[in-house]
Amino acid sequence: MPIQRRKFLATVGTAATVGLAGCSSVLGSDEGGAGVVGETLTLTTTTSTYDTGLLDALNAPFEDMYGVTVDSVAQGTGAALETARNGNSDVIMVHARSLEDEFMRQGHGVNRRDLMFNDFVIVGPSEDPAGIEGMSSATEAFATIAESEAQFVSRGDNSGTHTKELSIWSAAGVEPGGDWYQETGQGMGAVLNIANEQGGYTLADRGTYLSQQSEIDLTILVQGPIEGGPELLANPYGVLAANPARHEDANYDLAMAYIGYITSPQGQQVIADYTANGEQLFFPRALSEDPNFQQYVPDGWSADESNE
Amino acid sequence: MVAVLAGLVPLADVLSVFVHAAAGPLFVEFPFESQYVTSIIYVSLYVSLSAVALSTLFSVPVALVVGFTDFPGERLVKAAINTGMGFPSVVVGLVVLFAVSNQGPLGELELVFTKEAMILSQFVLATPPITGIALAAVTGVQADVRDAAFALGGTRVDVALAVVKEARYGIATAVLAGFGRAISEVGSVLIVGGNIAGSDGVSKTRTLTTAVQLEARQGRYETALVLGAVLLVLVLAVNAVVVRFGDGGQMR
Repeated sequence: MPIQRRKFLATVGTAATVGLAGCSSVLGSDEGGAGVVGETLTLTTTTSTYDTGLLDALNAPFEDMYGVTVDSVAQGTGAALETARNGNSDVIMVHARSLEDEFMRQGHGVNRRDLMFNDFVIVGPSEDPAGIEGMSSATEAFATIAESEAQFVSRGDNSGTHTKELSIWSAAGVEPGGDWYQETGQGMGAVLNIANEQGGYTLADRGTYLSQQSEIDLTILVQGPIEGGPELLANPYGVLAANPARHEDANYDLAMAYIGYITSPQGQQVIADYTANGEQLFFPRALSEDPNFQQYVPDGWSADESNE
Repeated sequence: MVAVLAGLVPLADVLSVFVHAAAGPLFVEFPFESQYVTSIIYVSLYVSLSAVALSTLFSVPVALVVGFTDFPGERLVKAAINTGMGFPSVVVGLVVLFAVSNQGPLGELELVFTKEAMILSQFVLATPPITGIALAAVTGVQADVRDAAFALGGTRVDVALAVVKEARYGIATAVLAGFGRAISEVGSVLIVGGNIAGSDGVSKTRTLTTAVQLEARQGRYETALVLGAVLLVLVLAVNAVVVRFGDGGQMR
């Protein structure tokens, strides 16, 4: 039945596109081919963009503009990429560059763009039993927590935040484990609640923390780069399209329309304007006077083999 | 089925108003006025009732056949039914996800993250309890009822109908057990459905259970509690309807 629905929608979509000839040229439909009106874009993304409410704000204008539906599935970064690997996602919005690069190198993704950034913060109870408040180094703070064996709650879910957390432990030369270290396998919001209940520390993205701040007693003890903290705590988000050559079912046209929109001045403005509890959660990064070529290619990629 | 579902939308509205009125003083900003809750209730009922209806259509004939005929492997079938009652729902969700994934055997149908996929997984979950309990009810019907039906010149179908009529209370219990399993289930619908709601707040594959999970994840426990209460009310309402149906419309 969905196949028929798709065909039906494609037909209706084409008719609508012809009807809205002025708009249809925007979509770049060649020879009056299939438009995107009425189609559905499946976006797999992280819980942090979802739970903060940013996605609703970001998707509504896009859906209105193109007459389409965006199905947002909130998973961790690892799961979001895995869903796309299995061909069940058209576009992916995540925040773990190392995992994104791996995905790109494997040929599953194309047209990666830098989207926005926020940062990570180390939060914990205001009594701060390990004494990390105001430290300027994330690795030092983590090492101190490990040394004092203060409760630490980890995402443990292969998400972007979890990936970042593991890289900090590794930089701090600590193999986390033991009674004080808990892996929950849950989303950021849930982990903040658990840390709150247990008086533990955790690594949180600033966005989720701010949107939940009024309901928990945890405070920021080590700031990220937005407030002058270490660069190690930066949290850049990227957006990628599923490779249509690899995944035939991928709705590539609509995925690229979406990437075009969220990296456009309009989409970037929505990101800049989005606030929770009066604070800006995400900082747009797609538009830059000094575009970073590295955003389009996996880390460590070099053109040498083909050029020399 | 469609008519029933169409009738449920006003029911959802009534429930919303009712719960809103009850919860008003406690929870200030609950989004009942939006379509959010109504659409979640609709998706929950649509998915669970469809799955249970399909399960029932499948299970009752199976229970009749298994109950009234002797065939090799009968004990194996019964063992399979009993085992199926304990299927962990997340495992069912995972298997259904593999099946409907675009690279899976049913990938052509593009079912992943749809209500149809959720119905499929709930069908798998609800069928063993419905079959098992219906089987017990059917075999519990006195042999003389069957004999009488045969003696009166009934065909096999007539006998089956007589037995079903006699066992209707037990079958209603079976349907309720299946419905209870389906509507209260989180794991598989989360995996195969994706817990999707549009940016306009209309649920596509978000059910009451996955909504409760989402709200709890975000620390909005009040909203989660109210949604949980709505779920309870729904289960109670459906129970009341089915029990009356099982009584043949007579209150005893």
